Amino acid sequence: MSEDFVRRLPDAGFAYRVRDSGSSVFHLDVQMILLLVAIASYGLLILYSAVGQESAPVTAQSAKIGIAFVIMVAMAQISPIFYLRIAPWVFLIGVIMLVLVMFFGTTVNGSQRWLRIPGIFSFQPSEIMKLMVPMILAWYFHDRHLPPRMKHLFWAAVMIAVPVLLIARQPDLGTALIVGASGLLVLFLAGISWRYMVTVIGAAVVSSPALWFVLRDYQQGRILTFLNPERDPLGDGWNIIQSKTAIGSGGLFGKGLGEGTQSHLEFLPESQTDFIIAVLAEELGLVGVMGLLILYLLIAGRGVMISIQAQDTFGRLLAGSITFTFFIYVFVNIGMVSGIVPVVGVPLPLVSYGGTSIITLFAGFGIIMSIYSHRRITL
Amino acid sequence: MAEPLVLKDHSGESQVYFERIVQGFGFLLLLTLLLVARMFYLQIVQHDVYSTLSDQNRIQVQSLSPVRGLIYDRNGELIADNIPSQRVTITKELVDDLDETITALDKLIGISPSQIESFKRRLARRQRPYESVPILFRLTEEENAKVSVNKNAMPGVEVEAKLVRHYPMAELMAHAVGSVRRINEDDAKRINAIDYSGTDHIGKIGIEKYYENELLGKVGYRRVETDARGQIMGAPLDQTDPVPGNDLVLHVDTGLQQAASDALGDRRGTVVAIDPRSGGILALVSKPSYDPNLFVTGIDFKTYASLRDSIDVPLFNRATQSQYQPGSTIKPFIGLTGLVTGMAKADFAIEDPGWFKLPNNQRLYRDWNWKKTGSGGHGLVNLDKAIYRSCNVYFYQLATKLGVDRIHEHLTLFGFGINTAIDLPEARSGLLPSREWKLGTRNEPWYPGDTVNIGIGQGDILVTPLQLASAVAILANRGRVVVPRMLLAGVEPALPSRQRLADVELVPDHVWDLIIGAMEKVVHRNEGYGENGTAWAYIGRDIKYRMAGKSGTAQVVGIAQGEEYDEELLNERQKEHAWFVAFAPVDDPVIALAVLLENGGGGSRFASPIARDVLDYYLLNERYRVAANQAVRTFNE
Repeated sequence: MSEDFVRRLPDAGFAYRVRDSGSSVFHLDVQMILLLVAIASYGLLILYSAVGQESAPVTAQSAKIGIAFVIMVAMAQISPIFYLRIAPWVFLIGVIMLVLVMFFGTTVNGSQRWLRIPGIFSFQPSEIMKLMVPMILAWYFHDRHLPPRMKHLFWAAVMIAVPVLLIARQPDLGTALIVGASGLLVLFLAGISWRYMVTVIGAAVVSSPALWFVLRDYQQGRILTFLNPERDPLGDGWNIIQSKTAIGSGGLFGKGLGEGTQSHLEFLPESQTDFIIAVLAEELGLVGVMGLLILYLLIAGRGVMISIQAQDTFGRLLAGSITFTFFIYVFVNIGMVSGIVPVVGVPLPLVSYGGTSIITLFAGFGIIMSIYSHRRITL
Repeated sequence: MAEPLVLKDHSGESQVYFERIVQGFGFLLLLTLLLVARMFYLQIVQHDVYSTLSDQNRIQVQSLSPVRGLIYDRNGELIADNIPSQRVTITKELVDDLDETITALDKLIGISPSQIESFKRRLARRQRPYESVPILFRLTEEENAKVSVNKNAMPGVEVEAKLVRHYPMAELMAHAVGSVRRINEDDAKRINAIDYSGTDHIGKIGIEKYYENELLGKVGYRRVETDARGQIMGAPLDQTDPVPGNDLVLHVDTGLQQAASDALGDRRGTVVAIDPRSGGILALVSKPSYDPNLFVTGIDFKTYASLRDSIDVPLFNRATQSQYQPGSTIKPFIGLTGLVTGMAKADFAIEDPGWFKLPNNQRLYRDWNWKKTGSGGHGLVNLDKAIYRSCNVYFYQLATKLGVDRIHEHLTLFGFGINTAIDLPEARSGLLPSREWKLGTRNEPWYPGDTVNIGIGQGDILVTPLQLASAVAILANRGRVVVPRMLLAGVEPALPSRQRLADVELVPDHVWDLIIGAMEKVVHRNEGYGENGTAWAYIGRDIKYRMAGKSGTAQVVGIAQGEEYDEELLNERQKEHAWFVAFAPVDDPVIALAVLLENGGGGSRFASPIARDVLDYYLLNERYRVAANQAVRTFNE
């Protein structure tokens, strides 16, 4: 396989080499790291306020970020060729684990998401899929003619649908949507014709009423509440009413760090996790939110730059889709907290309290850095 | 890979990719713009709205309940009190399983399905999470103990105490003072929510209703910062203390009320006694009665239905709401009209054959002692005798002579057909017929026969016992009008929007003397069979003071022409109502009253002893005499 791979490269015979500059001695991208450190610090500051200015959760979160950072550095050291080689196997293992979750998973809050090996570790296989679905599609399209043909699209759709359906069954609609979106982004970047895209999106819109009946009661409730939070102001609508109140009452400059009444008097639920942006908006106002959005945009821009500079299909598609998926998180999370997207459990990247998503995100950035730093030097 | 090898077009591919990633980034910028626009809308455009919402969240205005004003009788006895009442409340957010908790409570102290239903309604109306909602009111000591002991096993369940209205005299005063009820949805629409934010109850009937604004008091406030669980953070931001409601003192005399109630016994009827000097209502009894305490914290449906559907209508205030024909009690007023208008002369007498016929009309109007044999009648009758013997034929003739217009004009002076009561919101105005009234409501002209009936208080004329008692008070005052009222002191009564009567003037003393003298003879004249006052045999023999009175009998069923009726054949409910009106002492009246006994039969025989009992109690009891004079002095000040 690697032979084929090499043979089809236009400049066959040249090996990947580390870019000969100081910044990439350790296969890292300094700009990206600076942006990540900036946003993680900003996130810790908000978290410090959100938890009521206690240091223990902030320390714990810092430790998780540290671990995630180490994982990122490690991922960056591995050559994209290696990722290309192992992609189908890791994907297969991921799917098998999703099936195992279905039978042996631990049920938390009514959904079966966790795979637990007692005494050793527990994790969510669906989390891996956020990276593995883009990777398997990048692998699949890597040595195929682009834009993809109908037949290839069919297999690509299967590769997206299998994990998405398995995750949706758990049920974890938020993650399923993100995973599905990350796969579709690869198709988009691979150059799938607009005609197909419009058809698929049109079909999705038309079939959405039918999907209604597939949704569970609580999921239907979330959508009804999204459409009209006043439907049940003390129940389902409470979260969104309170988060909008927190955001709106912040105004331009906010109430000041640690001064947010909505979060500190516990009107705002999930203020340290999914709804943390409301704390930021309440305490630091529109200015604070804009600052965070600019940081996110800069990270996305840097990811886009790297993907453009990537010299093969696999690297391009993977770096591009990881970058866009990252931003979809941002949009869905802020959109849901501010009431323009129904509530789905999506954390705010690099800011929300919790370890799992942070590790996945940093691993993704590690892959991007690997793609960046393992470029061939044309002699 | 079976398909023909197609070499990848790498430069074309990266061109496509470049286009796509730029389009994608453009889309991403668009999404960012959408978020910024949304944030701008919430944080800048709607900032004021959400700031207010946030403050409303944070700052809880706790209302501090004012204490409802107490109500006393003229002797300082408490008629309406406030007592602490324990209630079980549930805070939904602290409960694991609501239905399980209710079941557990039911096992412990018993909760009916209708109570659960009302609880769920109240729960749905809650303003905020962590607000406790009452499920059972007025716990007994035993229930309180049971819940308190088991509280730890039922998180979210609490026993709270609150002051609620209590009527220590229960049934005795129910119709005199009315009662408060829980504020229902209709009330909630009508009242100012702020004024009632500390109060669950509102005056619904009687005094409690009329003086609601005075009794309510002013709600106090305490602004506190709370978290989402309703937990108060720190000291109150500010506080305004509640102002208790005004206490009221009523003219009512509990002892007299009890005496009147005892005199009525188990019979259906009513007694209204008024002090003619002030118009103050000394007693207002309507039987059967009910316990107003049942309504304070919500009556269960079964009990309510049994009260509502009872044939004896205990919830109905007969004294103020029930309208009856006055019967012969109208005669002194008709007689006075005759003398004032010159249509009757003191020395003019008629020969009463026991019946009366209008010219050109065969209808026979009988006297009460008419017999088929033709042996009835009162013989030679002047106005004096026509009153003390209650001669119908005299008044048939006099009424015919007067005509409806004069009768209407002069009876109006005494408040007939008008609701003059100040603070009895349920009082009705009765009916004093006139030509206009008949044409307006029945679209019929006035017939001479209608006037004949009015002459003896039958036909269309209707009065309430309260109305008749106050007309008698005006008579006792020789024309000085007093307005019937419950309130003795406490607040300035709101001036009634109702029609005020002017004093009855232009009535010469000799007219008052004649009418009042004749009414005195009703009770005291003892001149032998056929010459005694109609009530003498029943109450006049051993009376220790001078009383003026008049009996009346109001027909319930019309008796067919020429038929001598047999009381035995009539169903008890179709029997006539017995009236007796009186005032005493004659030379210086301090009390005027009206007694009505539903289906009681003859007025003199059945109603007058009740009047005598009430007056005896009042006039022969020195303590009450003193208290009454004191009350009148207070009133005049």
